[in-house]
Amino acid sequence: MKAFAEKKVLLSNVGAIDPERIEDYLDRGGYEGLRAALKRSPAEVVGEIKESRLRGRGGAGFPTGLKWELVLKSRAKTRYVVCNADEGEPGTFKDRVLMEGDPHRLIEGMTICGYAVGAKRGFIYVRGEYALSIRRLERAISQARQRGLLGRKILGSDFSFDLEVRAGAGAYVCGEETALLESLEGKRGWPRIRPPFPVDYGFRGKPTVVNNVETLANVPEIMCRGAAWYRTLGTGDSPGTKLYPLSGALNRPRLVEAEMGVPLRTLIYDFGGGLPGGRELKGVLVGGAAGAFLAPEELDVPMDFKSLWEIGAGLGSGAVLVFDETACVIDVLWSVLSFFAHEACGQCTPCRVGTVILLSLLEKVQNGSGDPAVLEKMLKVTHLMKVASLCPLGQSVRLPVETALEKFRREFESHLKEGPCPQCKATTEVHA
Amino acid sequence: MITLKLDGQEVQARKGQTILEVAMENGIRIPTLCYLEGLSPKGTCRLCLVEVTNWNGKLVPACVTPVEEGLEVITRSERLDQIRRTILEMLFLERNHICSFCVSNGHCELQDLAVELGMDHVTFPYRYPGLDMDLSHEGFGLDHNRCVVCSRCIRACSEVEGAFTWGFQGRGVGTMVAIDLGVPWGLSETCTSCGKCVQACPTGALFEKGVATAAQLKSPEIIREVTERRPRVF
Repeated sequence: MKAFAEKKVLLSNVGAIDPERIEDYLDRGGYEGLRAALKRSPAEVVGEIKESRLRGRGGAGFPTGLKWELVLKSRAKTRYVVCNADEGEPGTFKDRVLMEGDPHRLIEGMTICGYAVGAKRGFIYVRGEYALSIRRLERAISQARQRGLLGRKILGSDFSFDLEVRAGAGAYVCGEETALLESLEGKRGWPRIRPPFPVDYGFRGKPTVVNNVETLANVPEIMCRGAAWYRTLGTGDSPGTKLYPLSGALNRPRLVEAEMGVPLRTLIYDFGGGLPGGRELKGVLVGGAAGAFLAPEELDVPMDFKSLWEIGAGLGSGAVLVFDETACVIDVLWSVLSFFAHEACGQCTPCRVGTVILLSLLEKVQNGSGDPAVLEKMLKVTHLMKVASLCPLGQSVRLPVETALEKFRREFESHLKEGPCPQCKATTEVHA
Repeated sequence: MITLKLDGQEVQARKGQTILEVAMENGIRIPTLCYLEGLSPKGTCRLCLVEVTNWNGKLVPACVTPVEEGLEVITRSERLDQIRRTILEMLFLERNHICSFCVSNGHCELQDLAVELGMDHVTFPYRYPGLDMDLSHEGFGLDHNRCVVCSRCIRACSEVEGAFTWGFQGRGVGTMVAIDLGVPWGLSETCTSCGKCVQACPTGALFEKGVATAAQLKSPEIIREVTERRPRVF
């Protein structure tokens, strides 16, 4: 088996440079990717990204090159690039580290994207709570403008492009790309019906590339070092490196970068330093709140899109939340479900009502109502939400609920019979 | 012309039409709630979900999905009925729909749908929220307890009357229709008291003051009639 070590590509500058000084970024080869891109035609740049097989890091894993190509080939003259920096997935802090630690990398990636797809304007929609990210991005943008790396006729070419930072107002659903676009347009952040997708009908109805921060941060590197180099990293299906935010019961919870396909076990026991105090691992929530619970027997799964998909989970944001034996699964799921109930936008019936039904059914489990039909009812609701909800928020709630029920069914049943366990006391006190 | 199949029956459609429009033209009934002829469709109540056989059985809202050549659509099946019943259950348990005390009893679209789809009881816990009423307007009343968050009042007000009085506030299960920026209806500076919102409302959430239980008759079709008689401006 391949031995995995940490591999810093996206994080190579983080901590090594002063993020408020463009000189530091330039000294380390910054904006060379943009220079390389401007020497080639937009179609060639899109071709390079396609060849790299870079996949979107926001969770869905859509091929980035294909997305760009759809916008490049559009007949509309006005096009936009939007960076989804509304990082709200619980347990996820990778985009924040990139924006705070190396903001120019994102700006360079977006500018290359703008050149490739024929956009003149771009927006970075940053989670409002990320005050430092916003400040550093704004400073970096003005530095880039002063150096002719943004604005009119970039680096003496015919290409003009400018960026604006917009702050979100605290809604998880605005991380969904069409809700983000609505919010960017100044409207209520409610997801749109898709299709049409943003590549056809995006910001103000124009073709728009919406990419995650981490996705765009890969772009300068690919332009500098080539698609062939990029494909040597990671797996054939999911090339490149990935940022994995590790949190929970770990000795060293932190952000690590490693090649796609690194086994979950390596992330937890090598990079995360294992569990503290010799405690035993009970389960892992992979991909954030909209992710899947994995059992200890599943720790050898490679952390890439395809491998996780094959075991009924998903890579999501790459977040790894580790629970040890002192955590109660019902308790953890309760906090996941109250998150969704709080963040449901209210537009479609299945998600608006389904999230609160799930919460009330789970409370029946926790309080020991003794009715085993409760569990089947939960599955009925999650199934309905999966097939009938309007956007991915509602559709993905099934993942944590179904995997928790599948892998920890006995714990659900013992709660049903005996009521709250000593470990879920913390939760019951909160909502008593 | 586009040819597609609805429940196995071959039908003709024009480009740009939605599945729901084609179904209505061909006498096929698809249950709807947030849809109202004359208003822009929103696809949010999810009752009009239909199954597209050649998209792997994917469910799509008929009211906003444009027809395509060769589409094979199932509008009625045990699976769809079950899904629609569960969605109806959700609407009934979300707020307080106690028909026997409602001005719209017997003339309510939510109630009619329950009868049509055979939803005769709710299998999940009721929420029983204690919601306010707004009786500050001289002619109309608003009872949040009966609201199904369909946005028909909002669209009638903005798209047909052009007053933009109604909107939403809050989010998730706390989403509430609101007047202006959250003032009592009677203090609204934009409301023209035209009453289109009341006519568009499918339940007893909006009503005319002074009507007794089960006495509120509505004519939601006036929205279509009004819009048909004038050119669309957007």
